[in-house]
Amino acid sequence: MKNEGMTVIVRTVTRFVYGMIILFGFYVIMHGHLTPGGGFQGGAVVASAFALLLVAFGSSGLKGHVNLHWLQSIEEVGALSFLALAFLGIGTAFFYNLLANSGGFLFGASVPAGPNAGVFAAGGLVPLMNWAVGLKVMTGISAVVIIMLIGSSKEETE
Amino acid sequence: MNIGNLPFVVAALLVLFGLYTFLFKRNLIKLVIGITLIETGVNLFLVTLGYRTNGISPIYTFAPEAQKMVLPTPQALTLTSIVIGLATTALLLSFAVFIHRHYGTLDVRKVKELKG
Amino acid sequence: MTALTTHAPILLIALPLLGAFATPLVGKLGRGVRNTLIGLIVLAVAGLAALLAVDVFAASGVPTIYELGGGTFTFPLSGGQVPIRILFEVDGMSAFMGLIAALIALTGAFFSFSYWKERSGGNLYFSLFLMLTAGIFGMVLTGDMFNFFVFLEITSIAAASLVGFRIWRKQSQEAGFKVMAMYTLSGLFVLLAIGLLYGQYGHLNIATLANSIQGSLTDMIALGLLLTGLAMKAGAVPMHMWAPDAYGEAPAPMSAVLVANSQASLYGLFRILFTLFGVTISTGTMGWILIVLALLTIFVGVTMALIQSDLKRLVAFGAVSQIGYMLLGVGVGLAVMAARPEYGLVAMQGGIFHMLNDAACVGLLFFASGAVIQAAGTRDLNQMGGLGHQMKWTSIFFAIGAVALAGVPPFNGFASKFLIYEASFKLSPFLAVIAVLSSIMLLAVFVKAFQAAFLGPRSNASAHVSDPSPGMMLPMVALVLVIIVFGLFPGFFVDHIVTPAAKALWDGRDAYINAVLGG
Repeated sequence: MKNEGMTVIVRTVTRFVYGMIILFGFYVIMHGHLTPGGGFQGGAVVASAFALLLVAFGSSGLKGHVNLHWLQSIEEVGALSFLALAFLGIGTAFFYNLLANSGGFLFGASVPAGPNAGVFAAGGLVPLMNWAVGLKVMTGISAVVIIMLIGSSKEETE
Repeated sequence: MNIGNLPFVVAALLVLFGLYTFLFKRNLIKLVIGITLIETGVNLFLVTLGYRTNGISPIYTFAPEAQKMVLPTPQALTLTSIVIGLATTALLLSFAVFIHRHYGTLDVRKVKELKG
Repeated sequence: MTALTTHAPILLIALPLLGAFATPLVGKLGRGVRNTLIGLIVLAVAGLAALLAVDVFAASGVPTIYELGGGTFTFPLSGGQVPIRILFEVDGMSAFMGLIAALIALTGAFFSFSYWKERSGGNLYFSLFLMLTAGIFGMVLTGDMFNFFVFLEITSIAAASLVGFRIWRKQSQEAGFKVMAMYTLSGLFVLLAIGLLYGQYGHLNIATLANSIQGSLTDMIALGLLLTGLAMKAGAVPMHMWAPDAYGEAPAPMSAVLVANSQASLYGLFRILFTLFGVTISTGTMGWILIVLALLTIFVGVTMALIQSDLKRLVAFGAVSQIGYMLLGVGVGLAVMAARPEYGLVAMQGGIFHMLNDAACVGLLFFASGAVIQAAGTRDLNQMGGLGHQMKWTSIFFAIGAVALAGVPPFNGFASKFLIYEASFKLSPFLAVIAVLSSIMLLAVFVKAFQAAFLGPRSNASAHVSDPSPGMMLPMVALVLVIIVFGLFPGFFVDHIVTPAAKALWDGRDAYINAVLGG
């Protein structure tokens, strides 16, 4: 496998494009409760931007820039925040949507019925859970791709 | 346009091709591709279950008034299945990488240390 | 206390998941903190499982329902309403399987604490272990078909990762690949069947499906796919090739939890045959299919165990053959369910009781084998010898587990196996003869293993070994107590724990449906 990456054209275009792909991924995560998308889909788009960087610059080009421990820590934060959000409504039931239709400032507008123009501030816990899942998926898939290619930075466990 | 039973036939063909690849090919990576083909066939089958003739996608944002929509539940099932398929394929490929490191080959007939 | 009981079904799944996600972070703080957290979680899970079991057994046949996501509906629903959320429906059989899973998780966790004392990589191991526990509890407590599939895949991924955990050992990588491929295929068959049922009836809830199911051709195809997939995951012959590799290559405490995993997929098979399809299929034919699978499994498992020279693979083949006994007991019950004679319920009691006994005995055998292999430094029976002089307690525990598994009185294996012999003899004497012969062969196999490992002259290489630390002995002592107590008072336990579970399958189908949909 060519560890030095690809030609100059690919590398230049990648430098322009990868920021836009990450931005598009964040858009898909953020509007998950209104348009097609959501946590997993947006996270996979961001991870594909990362995989593009890896293919274009090669493992030698990215060696100093990527910290595997940071990726895994953010992944754990995403997972724990998802479970914490699910535990919030435990008074009624697990996964109870506490913030929907409540009128508060955090996604509490009332959900309209029938076809509408899309209210961004409605949905309760759903956009927050989208963010938690999106964080976990984007860092998780990036970590898997890096580990498969470069090898883990920790020593082999016994 | 009436598409009839075509998606179901395609899903069944994909599952059959995947089963053939899984059972009769020798390379480990081809086994993984066979499993992925079966997964794709099953996902296509699940999505096609929800189709209603002349239905639009089940999204309320900027939807036209009084239109029939397709079922959204099979789409949620398919999404879950795709995520599970991703985790499964990643694990299978990691095992294939380690097998190549230990045995030096990817031929499934030569990787037979555990017999009996 | 009632709040805990109400939320117990979901806490049994959410607490291990929380532990699995928190362990890598907490593990950075130190080994003691991580062990304390995991110990607390496992103890809480065991307590909740016991609480749930007491509650469900006291309700005498009416399942408990938990709605995931809101208190919108009250169950049973009034006429015409259909459940739209994921429901957890806990009846006698689910609570019984929860008890088994809790016992194995508790003893496995405490054995693992001492087993991993000098090794690194414990964070990942415990994280996977807790995820596997959460998946097993999810499989047995859920009342929704797609939710069952999701938890099935969670356990498949966690179990295959644990089988291939030791990446420096090339046999585990081969075993891990084989296991993951088999588990994925079985999961895909189950998903295809669930898709067929959903397309036909439009529901995913087990109770609602059971209410509206007819025995049409599509349903029969779905039943065949489900039977193939779940029997593949449980390790029934002829799809058993992954099982000895998996149980033999996983770290010792995990082999017991993998057996619980196979038993959970057997539970899924029983739930589908008895509650989902029930009287709409020809139970005689399905029962005889199960009986044929059971006989093959029992016979092939024991015969292959005779020729093994690797200690853990020998115990693994023993575990495979015991799955056949559970299938035999419940298969006999299913075959005669149409006519409902008395021995049908007795056969089911035997098969279900054997699940608990098998979990305890095979768990004890795997723990003892793990201690032996760690002390002797080798897995080959031909190179071990004379360990009984220094490892007195371990040899006694191994002997007790082996003798109990082979069905010798007064241990618990005899109680459950006697029920199976008695009931299957009434159906056809040939079945009982094969079952008894295989038990005798299993005893011979374990006598050979015991002699090779523990008896004989004291060898020089094993001069420095001794009994393992108290941390590893205590879980083994707990399992021995379970074996002895359940063997001395089988009637009490069969009446109070096993009979509600057997009755929930035998004639609890209407109660299962009415708890959700109302009379």
